Amino acid sequence: MSKQIAAIEDVVGVQESGFFGKMLRSQAFWITVFVALIVLLLILRTDRFWTANNLFNVARNLSFVGIMALGMTPVIITAGIDLSVGSIMGLSGIILGLVLVNTGSMWLAILACLGTALLVGIVNGALISYLKLNPFVITLGMLALARSLALVFSNNKLISFFGDEYDAFLNLGGGSLWGIPNPAIALVIFALIIGFLLNYTAWGQYVYALGGNEEAARLTGVPVRWIKMSVYMLAAFMAGVAAVLMVGWLGAVTNALGEQMELNVIAAAVIGGANLLGGAGTAFGAVIGAVLLEVIRNGLILAGVSSLWNGFFVGLFIILAVFLERVRNYRRG
Amino acid sequence: MPALLELSDISKHYGAIQALSSVDLSLESGEVLGLMGDNGAGKSTLVKIIAGNFPASEGQMRLEGEEVHFSKPVDARNKGIEVVYQDLALCNNLTAAANVFLGREIKRQLGPLKVLDYQAMYKRAGELFQELKSETRPRDVVRQMSGGQRQAVAIARTRLSKAKIVLMDEPTAAISVRQVAEVLDLLRKLRDQGLAVILISHRMPDVFSVADRIVVMRRGHKVADKAIKSSSPEEVTGLITGAIESA
Repeated sequence: MSKQIAAIEDVVGVQESGFFGKMLRSQAFWITVFVALIVLLLILRTDRFWTANNLFNVARNLSFVGIMALGMTPVIITAGIDLSVGSIMGLSGIILGLVLVNTGSMWLAILACLGTALLVGIVNGALISYLKLNPFVITLGMLALARSLALVFSNNKLISFFGDEYDAFLNLGGGSLWGIPNPAIALVIFALIIGFLLNYTAWGQYVYALGGNEEAARLTGVPVRWIKMSVYMLAAFMAGVAAVLMVGWLGAVTNALGEQMELNVIAAAVIGGANLLGGAGTAFGAVIGAVLLEVIRNGLILAGVSSLWNGFFVGLFIILAVFLERVRNYRRG
Repeated sequence: MPALLELSDISKHYGAIQALSSVDLSLESGEVLGLMGDNGAGKSTLVKIIAGNFPASEGQMRLEGEEVHFSKPVDARNKGIEVVYQDLALCNNLTAAANVFLGREIKRQLGPLKVLDYQAMYKRAGELFQELKSETRPRDVVRQMSGGQRQAVAIARTRLSKAKIVLMDEPTAAISVRQVAEVLDLLRKLRDQGLAVILISHRMPDVFSVADRIVVMRRGHKVADKAIKSSSPEEVTGLITGAIESA
């Protein structure tokens, strides 16, 4: 009898797989390997890829999609989707421009931008979680609605910022620190924050639980509606953050800001291992997905391939990512 | 001394459909109550009212003499009523430990933040599985587990806090013969610790081997409530099907 208990003790202490095993089973790891291979290829075959200037541009360009993909990932983990992030970026960017031009206050403008984004996120989240409406349809509606509001508020005109008074703001999105573009620094910081939230807080645990079995989460006392609402608020908020940085970098904003960006954002999250059926996804995956998209885009240009092919390769990788997911699940039995 | 749980005149109707008609039921500590009945007889409805999934249309529920109203499952759990659901209510993508602690994670203070204390949860979950004599590893993802292990995870949940009543909805429906014996053993163990257990089951042998008392439901009415010793499988079958009106 005592022998049997000892045996159970041994078994209970065993970890299914170590860090290494976990890594090998993660989609983000394989995408990282793939990115490394493409980068290696680009270094060997082109002169211009591994230059400070190009790397700087790549890092900045991928940050906007990456930041938004970080917000999209928790939504997808809960088996939801947010199609409106591109439009939220456009609307909050226009609000940012209007407030900045009219008040001259950078902080007020940023606050208005993030506030607008958050407000749209609250509307999305409330309709989806409290009224139990379908996230695909609600955010599709919001995609059209927010974009139209951006058109109305901007009166279909470009809003641009010239002069010293805007320097601090333009530097926020266009500047750099120790040779690293500011948006990329923001990306890393937000990746760490969201990675921490997903892995080390009850909120993160509940996000995964919701995607695994929503009914079980409800029965065990998880505040399902609030968690659901919060992920849409976060996705919208991150679109607002991306708007601040992108408008700062461009030095101007039109109502086309962020148009069709939702597709790249969802692609980045999915390529990085977020499962549209819910239950899986990581902050690192969202970042590496965004890296892959930009490296492909940049690589095609440097390799002299017509940029018309860009969509083809992005699409190919989305399909490959889903295929990889299937293969890994199949092996797991 | 009042009964641990006392239901009086509990009814539940959905529009014109009467799911439960004025059911009285009492439950004492340290007893296993077998709840039997055909599909649609009202046993699940009764259990869901006790578990706080939805309120009764009429009637009162008293816990240790005090009237209680549950509007959600957590209310019942906070009063010491734990449920093992028929489908076990597990998240396949989470580890065994995460499932055990779902909704009441152990946290520790990290500066101003409260973070999950994985080590403490793995340790406590491991202890619970050991108590249950189940070869379940806290770090394993539930997706990869056998039926018995999944059952252990769901039962370990009920052992987290000082529960007074454990409701089990068909715990032996989907597991192997050896595992059924283990689950029934565990039920006896819970009873010996002074808990009250309500076992809902279709399986006559299980109920007769473990229950002290049996309640039979038919078409929303309680048709029998007697000590298991003074009943027989034949009588219960008759009661379930309606061949015997009541006993």
